[in-house]
Amino acid sequence: MSGVLAVLELAVGGSGELKLHKMALEALAAAKRIGAELGLPVSAAVVGSGVGPVAAAVAQYSVEKVFAVDHALLAAYTPDGYSIALKQLVAATGAKYVVFPHTYQVRDFAPKLATSMGQVLASDVVGLRVEDGALVLVRQLFQGKINADLRFPGDGPHFVSVQAGAFRADGLEAGAAPVEAFTPELSAAQIRTKPLELFRESSRAVDLTAADIIVSVGRGIREAENIGVVQELADALGAELAASRPICDNGWLPMERQVGSSGQTVAPKMYVAVGISGAIQHLVGMKGSKVVVAINKDPEAPIFEVADYGIVGDLFEVVPALVAELKK
Amino acid sequence: MKIVVAIKQVPARDSLLKVNGEGTWIEDADLAYEINEPDAYALEAGLQLREKEGGEVVVICVGPDRATQTIREALAKGADRAIHIETYEETVGDPLALARVLAAALSEESPDLVLTGLQSDDLGFGQTGVILAEVMGLPHGTLIMNIEVSEGGITVKRELEDGWFQNVEIPLPALLTVQSGATKLRYATLMGIKRAKTKEVKQLDISDLQTESEPTIAVSRIYLPEKSKKSVVFDGPARESAAKLVEKLRFEARVI
Ligand SMILES: Cc1cc2nc3c(=O)[nH]c(=O)nc-3n(C[C@H](O)[C@H](O)[C@H](O)COP(=O)(O)OP(=O)(O)OC[C@H]3O[C@@H](n4cnc5c(N)ncnc54)[C@H](O)[C@@H]3O)c2cc1C
Repeated sequence: MSGVLAVLELAVGGSGELKLHKMALEALAAAKRIGAELGLPVSAAVVGSGVGPVAAAVAQYSVEKVFAVDHALLAAYTPDGYSIALKQLVAATGAKYVVFPHTYQVRDFAPKLATSMGQVLASDVVGLRVEDGALVLVRQLFQGKINADLRFPGDGPHFVSVQAGAFRADGLEAGAAPVEAFTPELSAAQIRTKPLELFRESSRAVDLTAADIIVSVGRGIREAENIGVVQELADALGAELAASRPICDNGWLPMERQVGSSGQTVAPKMYVAVGISGAIQHLVGMKGSKVVVAINKDPEAPIFEVADYGIVGDLFEVVPALVAELKK
Repeated sequence: MKIVVAIKQVPARDSLLKVNGEGTWIEDADLAYEINEPDAYALEAGLQLREKEGGEVVVICVGPDRATQTIREALAKGADRAIHIETYEETVGDPLALARVLAAALSEESPDLVLTGLQSDDLGFGQTGVILAEVMGLPHGTLIMNIEVSEGGITVKRELEDGWFQNVEIPLPALLTVQSGATKLRYATLMGIKRAKTKEVKQLDISDLQTESEPTIAVSRIYLPEKSKKSVVFDGPARESAAKLVEKLRFEARVI
């Protein structure tokens, strides 16, 4: 094939059926972009046990082929199982580019897979273009404060994972692709780790998704005693109080008020981010908000990139001033 | 149990970053540095495990001379000894090359457990630990919140997406990348700081450990991201900015 291979992550649906992970088609969109830019055919792969139906669903998109990588030992995800199976698929297809969504699972096995083929995964990519016939990938450094252009000097295969929301799946064209079964050679002895049951912890008593306005506080607040400062703003706006992860890790607010990839995903009418830098794991939880307001002392903080309105300044001056203004 | 913790020194959080003239790295002359935050949690996990299980915690750090400070702090917090692989450039941009250097430096250590942070706050590849596991031939777990020693190995708690967790059994030796925030970090005591001065820091030179291999990934340029969103930002005195913002929210956005 020597083309582009998109590896589409699967998730388990409500009635136990396999379905595509919410970021899977974004990886396909990125793969299609690479294919279009470089004039290469694009195929897709799904990995697991009993993946036939979901592979058939992927075949409804415009791709060359869908590989159904199926094996009983792939029923539960393990980094050993997935990287051994995909290494065989990449070798068999001769794929030049392998594209993943940058999910937690991909973070867990894709660097291992790339290493096993003498390569480095270009992780968490936010953009791409072609310069002088070569692919240039854009990724973020310093938690989004700086961008870097990246190239692959060698012959590949090249591994890329794309950031949530960086490539839009809604433009994908329909098609009718053949599904090809691929049975990797895998033995139980090769799988060294044993995954046990999944569980949840936080009670989720607070439903942030119902709030019209959310005031969210980050590490700029410095200590637990200062939370009252933003609580007053929340009260003045009739808003729910939420937080970035470090605030909840420190126990300054309960876990159930955390917004982001490991917390809740919210889309209120207004989201006010106070002393939050805007790391991607936070942004994915709130960037669907209608109006985003950021208060931060650093004018280069990535939160301003998603903000409609912002104040650059010390929150300990700005927030009380806002409260006073609202009470006028 | 012999535990190795890989730590890295990065620019302090909230540093105001400027790109250097050549677009190769940031202006580093005036920066303050500190331990990469996830690595601090990896070190904490290692120290707690040693307190429970006995054994030794060895920190390993690749970095320029200034990284000595971060290594001393790790020793002051309780690490038993350190390996410092000195570099002459600000950063090693290829995580596979870096992992090979770490693996070469660890070849005589044969640790039971290698811990790293789950990502660095500067380059943020989020891979060095997993790559190192593969280079060393070890099983691994990522996004680790908790480690328990069990029959023939360890049982770890992994963070998954959307508030889910999973326990995983892993045989030893193994490598884990540790998530931030799962425990409280300790401070160095005065006694610890005093003791750190007498602890062994083995100095290695990166050029003795590097292998001749072509890089497979290369950074061609770094730059400040262009602002793509037009946001209305006020940066005057707090009271003025507050008044202007409230007016916008009332009459333009109409959200209050
Ligand atoms: C796998 C994974 C999952 C994660 N999940 C989540 C998640 O669900 N939710 C989440 O939020 N994070 C999550 N994170 C962490 C995330 O990467 C960031 O570390 C975190 O969001 C940073 O929180 P923060 O913005 O509050 O702190 P920081 O990044 O430290 O930012 C503090 C900000 O406050 C500003 N500031 C400081 N003092 C003042 C002042 N006086 N006035 C005004 N501004 C000030 C600073 O300029 C800075 O921008 C996750 C990370 C990983 C690796």
